[in-house]
Amino acid sequence: MSKQLRIFAILAAAFLFAYFVPFGHPRVSAAIGEAFAMLQEYAREHVLLCLVPAFFIAGAIAVFIKQGSVIKYLGSSARKVVAYTVASVSGAVLAVCSCTVLPLFAGIYKRGAGLGPAIAFLYSGPAINVLAIILTARVLGVEFGIARAIGAILFAILIGLAMHFLFRREEQSREQQAAAVAPQEILEARPLWKTAAFIAVMIGFLVFVNWGKPGSISVQTTAGTTITGTRVGQTSSVLSVRPTGTDEVFAIPIDTVADISYAPSAYTSIYESRFYIALGFLAVLLVMLLLWFRRPEIKEWGASSWTYAKLILPYLFGGVLLAGFLLGRPGHAALIPESWISGLVGGNSWGANAIASVSGALMYFATLTELPILQGLQGAGMGDGPALALLLAGPALSLPNMLVIRKVLGTKKTLAYVTLVCIAAMLTGKLFGVVVS
Amino acid sequence: MKIEILGTGCPKCQQLLANLKAAVAEAGVEAEISKVEDITKIVEYGVMMTPAIVVDGEIKAVGKVLTAQEITALLA
Repeated sequence: MSKQLRIFAILAAAFLFAYFVPFGHPRVSAAIGEAFAMLQEYAREHVLLCLVPAFFIAGAIAVFIKQGSVIKYLGSSARKVVAYTVASVSGAVLAVCSCTVLPLFAGIYKRGAGLGPAIAFLYSGPAINVLAIILTARVLGVEFGIARAIGAILFAILIGLAMHFLFRREEQSREQQAAAVAPQEILEARPLWKTAAFIAVMIGFLVFVNWGKPGSISVQTTAGTTITGTRVGQTSSVLSVRPTGTDEVFAIPIDTVADISYAPSAYTSIYESRFYIALGFLAVLLVMLLLWFRRPEIKEWGASSWTYAKLILPYLFGGVLLAGFLLGRPGHAALIPESWISGLVGGNSWGANAIASVSGALMYFATLTELPILQGLQGAGMGDGPALALLLAGPALSLPNMLVIRKVLGTKKTLAYVTLVCIAAMLTGKLFGVVVS
Repeated sequence: MKIEILGTGCPKCQQLLANLKAAVAEAGVEAEISKVEDITKIVEYGVMMTPAIVVDGEIKAVGKVLTAQEITALLA
């Protein structure tokens, strides 16, 4: 299409959109409100204390861990056990976006350790990326973060092994050309333990700065009453508390809360001093930077972190707006009626898990956008099991991504891979749903 | 000289291509610049991490978006 025709098409589409979309309809204006409400929540809750440190962590991993030293474990001469283990975990180190994962996958398959480890890497790359796990734990809760990380690694190994088994005859006859290892700087500028410690300190900062509020609380209202119990939930307007010994939940409007105190415990002490602890980690970080890193390296780290921010934030904000518009924040309705969602993927039935894993596999999620979408779905009635199923099948697969994989593997193997991922996601989701409830 | 950029077409490879063009213009060298986007062909070079720069058939750099200055140093 010529450039002028393309400009015309865009203007025409914008005009038709502005003319026909029923902005006045209460459901639509509520959805628009939800889109921005969700965006504000993300901006206020997650960006500064969670995403920004996470970008620095991802930037450090990208710059200070030399990819070459990991890739040599994925070559054709590597022992299989090593290759599978490294492949399933190296996604965290080697790739954040699909443009890096696919060539590496093709390389491992054709010139490296073979189909099994290549598939393990293909799955784990998007599934185990550092930013996604951190944000998952933050937005959906620690259980989800851990389940996702463990699920990703296990899946990678199991699906890789399954694929190897299914196509073993073909693998045996396929000649592996020795991987011509391209010249890469494998010289580490500092011993691995220093790099690991550096990243660990940043993770420590992240964990403590985001330390969750204690569950046992004592609320004093402006009316003079005190309610002691477990905090069940909190939004910007309402604090929900279940008083000790009862089963009911009191919804306390935030503007009537005079004071909140927490039951004394180790957890609470940490919570109350979390900013000091985090500051301590920050101080250690600064000392490490002064002693172990040179100025050009620090600049490269900054540039790498900034590149991640530029790459990811626009898509994340777009994803949040879309999720807010279509699904709304938890507890609020938007464009898509809650009954549709809970009807399709509510509860923990096999059907719900299956629908979740298949639609996850087909849908495209830009890095991190699966999270606001999942939040919206959960708020609209999606069960925990199907939610995990979506998390495990979604980021790793999408229709465009399947087409590229097909170019490398051929239709039969691609179909086998997709089916394995969907079935595994469905089973794990069902299991998680049972365990968590 | 023949310079190829190996990459599937994401922002990193495009950035490398832009830096390469700047470096070549700056250095004033005669160079035939092309981009290889097909995954199966990229693998044949033995390259696993994109973006990569190949000069006259020799792999010069892999996995990093080099600045125009770094590329100029490579071409020297």
